[in-house]
Amino acid sequence: MVNTIEVQGIFKEFVIHHERHQSLKERLLHPGSGTSEKFRALENISFSIAAGETVGILGHNGSGKSTLLKTICGVLAPTTGEIKLRGTLAALLELGAGFQPELSGRENVYLYGAMLGLKRKEVAAIFDEIVDFSEIGKFIDTQVKFYSSGMYVRLAFAVAVNVDPDILVVDEVLAVGDERFRAKCMDRIIRFQREGRTILLVTHDADQVRRLCSRTIVLNRGELVFDGPTTEGLKVFREHLHASEDSTTNSANENIEITSVTTPSGTFDVRSGEGMHFDVAISSAKAYAGHFVMELHSRRGELISRSDAMTSPVQLKPGSNVVGIDIAALPLLDGVYDLNVGIVDEIGQNVLAWSEKAATIEVAYDGREQGIIEIAPSITQL
Amino acid sequence: MSELASAIQRRDLSDAPVRTVSARPSLRGRLANLWGRRELLGQLVVSDIRVKYKGSALGLFWSMLAPAMNLGIYYLVFSVFLKNGVPNFVIYLFSGLIVWNMFFNSVIGSTTVVIARAGLVKKVSFPREILALSTVGATVVYFFVQLAVLTVFLVLLGHQPAWSYLPLLPVAFVTLYLLAAGVSVLMSGITVYMRDMAHLIEVLLQLTFWLTPVVYSYENTIAPALARHGLSWLYFVNPMTPIVMTFQRIFYGATNVLSTNTGQVLHVLPQWSLAHFWVVNLILLGIVGIFYLLVEYLFGRLEVNFESEL
Repeated sequence: MVNTIEVQGIFKEFVIHHERHQSLKERLLHPGSGTSEKFRALENISFSIAAGETVGILGHNGSGKSTLLKTICGVLAPTTGEIKLRGTLAALLELGAGFQPELSGRENVYLYGAMLGLKRKEVAAIFDEIVDFSEIGKFIDTQVKFYSSGMYVRLAFAVAVNVDPDILVVDEVLAVGDERFRAKCMDRIIRFQREGRTILLVTHDADQVRRLCSRTIVLNRGELVFDGPTTEGLKVFREHLHASEDSTTNSANENIEITSVTTPSGTFDVRSGEGMHFDVAISSAKAYAGHFVMELHSRRGELISRSDAMTSPVQLKPGSNVVGIDIAALPLLDGVYDLNVGIVDEIGQNVLAWSEKAATIEVAYDGREQGIIEIAPSITQL
Repeated sequence: MSELASAIQRRDLSDAPVRTVSARPSLRGRLANLWGRRELLGQLVVSDIRVKYKGSALGLFWSMLAPAMNLGIYYLVFSVFLKNGVPNFVIYLFSGLIVWNMFFNSVIGSTTVVIARAGLVKKVSFPREILALSTVGATVVYFFVQLAVLTVFLVLLGHQPAWSYLPLLPVAFVTLYLLAAGVSVLMSGITVYMRDMAHLIEVLLQLTFWLTPVVYSYENTIAPALARHGLSWLYFVNPMTPIVMTFQRIFYGATNVLSTNTGQVLHVLPQWSLAHFWVVNLILLGIVGIFYLLVEYLFGRLEVNFESEL
C-alpha cells in the first residue's frame, strides 16, 4: 500500500524570548539584553501513514501535537527532518482563519478554495455543494463580518470537506457548531474513511479516537511514546495523563491503583437482562476521598454508558479497598463488551486511577432484536 | 471500526505528486511552489482591491485621487511657481510619478502585511511572500490605470512619445516590478522581527524620492556638478533613477527642449542613444533579477520563525 504521509526524523525548536526588544531603538540600545532559550517542541518524530488509514494523534496540552500537525500541513517548517506528502491535503486547523471579513461568503469561498490550492474553475464546480452543506443559503452574498460564529465555521468546514482532499487533517474542530451540524461533520468524516482517504485526527478526546481510529499515535512532551492499536494507545495516553498530573499537582493521587476486577462466580459471562456484580480491588497509599466511575464500551468503540463521576463517592483508606458494582439488569444484546473502571478526584475533573478493559463481559442473548440494547417494544395495531 | 478498516481502497495514489516539507527548501523549490500558487496570488490581488473599495461608490477612482493631487501640486510648484521652463512639464512629471507611485505604494503597503495577516500565517499553508506580492499586484493594477490616464494626457496635449523607444517599456516595467517585489517581500519579513522598521522605511522612501529625478530634471540641475567631481555614478546607484529616466525618455520623448522662459536650450534627459538605454535597462534587469532571488533566499530564512514572533 502507498504511504500518504511519511514523517522522517522531525525536530522542531522554538526560540523563546524572555525580554523582547522588538523595536529598533531598543535593539540598538540593548544589543545584548534579553535572554532567549530554545524550547524543543518535537523530538525525533518518525512514522508513516498508509493511504486509507485513520490515525488519531493523542496528547495533552503542550505535548507537541499541534506543532506536529502544523508541520505536516506545511504551516511550520521543521528545524530538521522531512515530511513527504502524497496527494492533496486539506486541513481543518482553525476554521475560517483564511476568511476576509469584508468580503461576501461567495468571495471567501473562492479565496479559501485558492488557499487550499484549487483553481477558480474547480471551486465553481463544487460551489453549490458547498453552499448546500454549509446551510448558509441566501446569506452567501452577505459580507462574512455579519455572520454568526456558527455560520462562519459551517462555511469553512463546507469548503474544506468539499474540495476532495486525499488527506484530511482535523484538529479538534468537531467541538464546534450545534449538535446537528457536528453529527453531519462526523458523517462526512466517516464517509471519507469509507472512500479510502487518509484522515489524521488530532484531539485529546479519547472517545472520538476510539470511535474513528484504528491506530493511535501518542505524544508526550514532544516525543512519540506510542504508535499502534487504539485500545493500547488509549491506555498509554491515560498513563501519561497520570504521570503529568503527578508531577504538576503533586496531590495525594500517587499510588492509587486498581488491582483487580472480579465477579463472585468468577466468570464474566452473563445472560441478557440478568444482573451482575463486580468487586473492584483498589490499593491506595493514603486515605483519599474521590469518586468511582465505570464505563461500558462496545467492541466497535462506542460508549454505551458512563456512570456519573459526581455521585459515587468512595473513601479510600490506606492499603487495600474493595468497591462493589451492582448492575440490576444488563439489557445488552449478544456481544462482547469492555468494562473500564477508574477513580476521579472530588470535583470529578482529574482521573487518579484508571483501568482500561478491566474486564471483558460476554453477553448471551436469545431474543431477536438487533443492535446494542434490548428495549422490548410492544407493538400493537390500533 | 472493523468494517471501516476493511473498506475498499477507492483511491489510487501511486501516481499522485509527492510534496516535501523540509527544514530549508531549496530556492528552486521555493520558486516552483510560488509559481504553483499563482492562482492564489491572483485571487488575493482581486480581494485586496475589493476590500479596499467595498462600499465606496467610486471604487477604483479613489485610487486615482492621491496621484492626481500629487501631480497637480508638483505641477503648480515646479512649473507655475518656480517656472522651471520645461514645456509640457506635466507629461515629464506624470511619466516619472507613475513609476514612483508603484514602487512607493508596494513597499509601504507590504511592510506590515505579514503582521496584519498573522492569523492566516499561523494557520494556513501557502508561500508567505504571496502576502507582499499581492500588495504589489494591486499596485500594478493602479499602475496600469495611471498609464491609461497618461495616454489620455498625451492625446489631449498632442504630445508625441518617442516611438522608437517604446519597446523598452516592457523591460523597464519588469525591472520595476521585480525591484518593487523584492524590496516589499524583504520588508514584510524584516518587520516581523523589528516592528518599527515600518517608520524607518517611510523616511528612507522620502529620501529616495528626492534622489530620483521625478519632479526635477537631473541633467538640468545637479548633473554638471557631479560630473565635474567624477561622481555621476553615485546618482545612478539608486536603481529607481534609470527606470524613471527610461519612462520619461519614452513618454516625454525629447531630451533637449526650448525653455518657455528664456527660449534657450534646456537639457532635460541624458543624451543617451537608444542602444545605450537598452544596455542600461538589460544590465539593471539582470541585477534586479539576482536581487529578487537573493530576497527569496533571505525571506526563506526569515519565515522559519514567523510562528513564534507573531
